[in-house]
Formats: sequence, structure tokens, C-alpha cells
Amino acid sequence: MDKMQRAVRDIHITDAYHIPKSGKAEVHPLSRLLVTILYIFIVVSFSKYEIAGVLGMAVYLVVMGIWYEISWIECIRKIWMILLPVSLVGIANPFFDRAAFFQIGGITIISGMISLLTLLLKGIFCVLASYCLIVTTGFSKICYALRCFHLPKELITMLLLMERYLVIFLKELERMLQAYKVRAPRQKGIHIKTWGAFVGQLFLRTIDRADIVYDSMLLRGYTGGFVGAAPVFSWKSSILYVVIWVGVLVSFRLYPVFSMIGKLFL
Amino acid sequence: MHMTDALVAPAVAGTMYACSIAALGLSVRRIRLEEDQKKIPVMGVMGAFVFAAQMINFTIPGTGSSGHLCGGMLLSALLGPSAGFLTLCCVLLVQCFLFADGGLLALGCNIWNMAFYGCFVGGMLIWRQMMKRGMSRKKILAASLLGSILTLQLGAFSITLQTLASGITELPFMVFLSVMQPIHLAIGIVEGLITAAVLLFLYEARPELLWGYQEFTRETVGGKLTFRKTIVIIAVAAVILSGGISLLASSDPDGLEWSMEQVFGAAEIKPSGFPLYQAAQKLQEKTALLPDYAWKNSHSIFETSFSGIVGVFVVLILCAGCCYLLRFMRRKRDRGSDGG
Repeated sequence: MDKMQRAVRDIHITDAYHIPKSGKAEVHPLSRLLVTILYIFIVVSFSKYEIAGVLGMAVYLVVMGIWYEISWIECIRKIWMILLPVSLVGIANPFFDRAAFFQIGGITIISGMISLLTLLLKGIFCVLASYCLIVTTGFSKICYALRCFHLPKELITMLLLMERYLVIFLKELERMLQAYKVRAPRQKGIHIKTWGAFVGQLFLRTIDRADIVYDSMLLRGYTGGFVGAAPVFSWKSSILYVVIWVGVLVSFRLYPVFSMIGKLFL
Repeated sequence: MHMTDALVAPAVAGTMYACSIAALGLSVRRIRLEEDQKKIPVMGVMGAFVFAAQMINFTIPGTGSSGHLCGGMLLSALLGPSAGFLTLCCVLLVQCFLFADGGLLALGCNIWNMAFYGCFVGGMLIWRQMMKRGMSRKKILAASLLGSILTLQLGAFSITLQTLASGITELPFMVFLSVMQPIHLAIGIVEGLITAAVLLFLYEARPELLWGYQEFTRETVGGKLTFRKTIVIIAVAAVILSGGISLLASSDPDGLEWSMEQVFGAAEIKPSGFPLYQAAQKLQEKTALLPDYAWKNSHSIFETSFSGIVGVFVVLILCAGCCYLLRFMRRKRDRGSDGG
């Protein structure tokens, strides 16, 4: 599956996930966004050797994953995407930071290995937290939450338009690439001679489409803002959601909860 | 080039968010001043175009590999710096939220590294200054190449600084820099060539779509800065930045520590028995959230790590068990209500 097909599939998956299954009022998107930001903030705030603390933050992901029935296969796919860039930055750590951290059965584990592992865990957890946010909330509701944050309405309008036209342009591009591949078999990408014409044609089609879009928006009463229906949510659940998660995450950060539990079993 | 959350410390992320929000506010203000209602929908659709264009693989001649477009310079040459910046911010937001590409916390860094340099430095300093005496094929090629290379170099330099300031990697600054800059030089050349190819095609097909075409071709603007002056300004900025690098790379004590060493023979003075000093120190110990730039009690991590890991697994199993149980009960209840 190539990049474009994957992107289209991701958008469809996101659309399919966030529809509430029971039809009941749900948690306000702003609550979800705030909890996700706090979670990421706490995860990255651990020092490079605090592997136990970082590992403990998996609790949030496990609960969210099971409660909202998020596909583990999709999660692994997301993890795969960030492993390479994070590893590239942290790969030098075992070579430069060679102090002994602890020993297991005669094997010395050096600090650099622990810091690399902590870095990888941080990367994985942060990506999964963002993924949980999008699949449980949906893009349009995140835009609503961003509007609650007083982000400019121009930006929100552009985001919503972008999301709507993304699939159309990706499919259009796929058709163009298919046609190019048929005419130029066994080529890895677009040949240098056709770089300009290929993207230029796509751009001209985009501009023409933008004109049509604008005309149709005017006909439907567009006055400069994007009016979307406010999501139905319950204040009680939203406040409870924030209070519980903030309490849990902050206590995990401030107190060695897991060490205390672990000592009970050792 | 996207940074993930794991590569930035909260302080660095916050600083970069503040810088990016300032640039965003400026851009929104400029767009509002233009009072062109059509611009926002066009920018939205253009964002989708850039996203789609980033998916195309371009063959790099003689290497057997392929590269792709980032779009900062292209957008500023088509829409102008402010509109281009806003559009690229939207692309980065969509990539972050919809595809989990680039972190939520690192979004401020990504906007700065890619959109700010690409649109403001590339658009204002390179494109505008080079085109103000009229457009030509040679100028478009030169501006695209120079803009793409310069903006990517600045972006790579910022990534290096942000990662090091976050204390993520053990790599020495100069080693990290010597890895990042050449890679991004190659990427910049490819990006510049792709951008030039697209802009040259548009220059031939529909030149009025290029930013400033009508303004720059109608009358030759007698601006304050010539192309040569612009290059001199960039060179001076580069020299200043290089000076900054050498300061950052220095392992010698800073000015205050050096002075203390000269006067007292040590970089730090031992605390005296003065009661007010001791009271102040105690108060500071209690109130300081990050003593010595680390979290409180973090010195005990070596001892507690193993028990902590065991605890994590116990809690994870408990949580997973509880969630599965609750989910099972919820499904049972839903089935019951559907049947009733």
C-alpha cells in the first residue's frame, strides 16, 4: 500500500472511529484535548533515566485503548512511523553515556541504554496519545476545541476545508500518478523533466477547484466564517473526565506510585 | 524534518510555541487587513494541494533514490509570506492531529522550523527582494534554490539547537550539527529544484498566479534593499549565528563563574552560617519545582527503577482487567437495552 492509499485509509479510519456508539452525550472535545496535552507534557517532563516513571504513563493509553476499542494494529503502525527518527537522535547515547546503571545476572546495563529506551518510550507514548485523541474525538470536534481556545476563525475555516478536500486531492493525485506510471513503467518516481509540469498541472486544477468551491460557498451564504454545529456533550462527564485524569496523571508524576506497588510484590 | 514530542523538553516546547503564536498572530492580522474573503477558502484548498504534493516521490537523478516536497518556499511564492505561513501551519496541524506525524507538544517547534523560515525568510527576504525588479526564469530558479537551501539549513540548525537545549542526545553539538546540516543541504537542493520546476511551469502557463507578479511587473519598485544587500545581510546574520554557536559549544565557565574563580578561587561560594541565608535556602528547597534543573527526588531513580517497573506492570494488568470488565458490562447492558 503506498503513501496516498495509507493517508486516505487513515482519514476514513478516523471518521469511522469517533462516532459515539451508544448515542449518548459525550465528553467535551476541549476536555480530551487538555488531558492529552497534559499527558504529553508529563511524559516528556521525566528525566532521561526515569524509565519506570515513563513506563507507568502507559496506564492512560491502556485504559483509553481498551475503553474506546482502539485497534492495536493501527497503534503498532503509528509506533513504527516514529521509531526511526527518535532512534536516530538517541542512538549515540549508549556510546557517549557509558556509566553503569545496574546489573542483571552479570550483565551491566549502561545509562546510555536506559536513556535511549526512555526516549523511545516517550516518543511512542506521545504518538499514541495523539492518536487516541484523534480517534476518540474526530477532526471536526478538535477544530471546535481549538476554537474554544480562541484560535483565529480563519485558521479553523482553513483546517476544516483542508480536511474535506484532502481525500479529493489525494484521489486526484492517485489518478495522475497511475496515468504517469502506465506511460513510464519501471520508474521509481516522477522524472526530473516532468517535475514542473506534473505538480504545476495539479496546482492549476487546485486553483480552478478553489474558485468553484468559493462560488458554491457564496451561494450557500458564506460570510467569512465556517459555521459548524456545536457537539452535544455532558458537562458532568467532561468535568469528571478532566478531574480524574488530571488527578491520576499528576499523582503518577509527583509520587513513586509504581515503586511502592512493586515493593509490595518483592 | 518533523520533530516528535520525545525530542523536546517542556521549556523548549513552550518557548517555541510562544514564538510560533506570535508569527501566527502577525499573519492573521495581515490577512484580515487585506479584507479578501476569497483568500481563506483558496488557502484551505491550497493546503490540501500541498499535502497531496508532499506525497509525490521525485526521482533524484544519478542516485537511484527519490525525494519529496516540503512546500514552504512554494507556498510563499504562490500566496505570499503571511498566507503561505498560515497555510503551512494548517498542513502541520492536520499532519499532527490526523496522521500523528510530528508531536502535539513539538508543534510550536515544527511550525517555527518549517513554516516560519520557509515562508518569512524564503518569501520576504529571498523571493520578494529578488523579484521586485521584475521576474525572469533565471531569477525564479535562483530564488527557489537559494530560498529552499537557506530555509532548510536554518530549520536544521534550529532542530539541532532545540534537541540539544532539551538535553535529549549525548551527541556533542558540533558532531550533531555536522550530521544535520549536510543532509539538509542535499534535501534543500532537491526541494529547490522541484520548487523551481513548478514555479517555472506556472510562470509560463499562468504567471498572474505567482505572488507579486502584477505588482512587480507593472512598475519597477525602487526598494531600499537590493539583492546584493540582502545577501550581505544574510551573510552578516550567518556570522552572528556562528558566533552564537561557538559560545554554546564552549565548555569554559560562564562570565560570572569565571569572575568568581578569579576572586574567590572557586566557581561557587560555600553557604555561610548566617541564619537568614539558611532560612532562605530552606524556603527555596521547599518551593523550587526544579532544583538544579531536575525534578525533586529524581536522585532516587537508580534504586527505585526496578521496583517501579514491577509496579507499572501490576497496575497495567489491573487497569486492563478493570477496563475489559467494564467494557463487557457496558456491552451486556447495551444488548439488554436493545433487546428491551
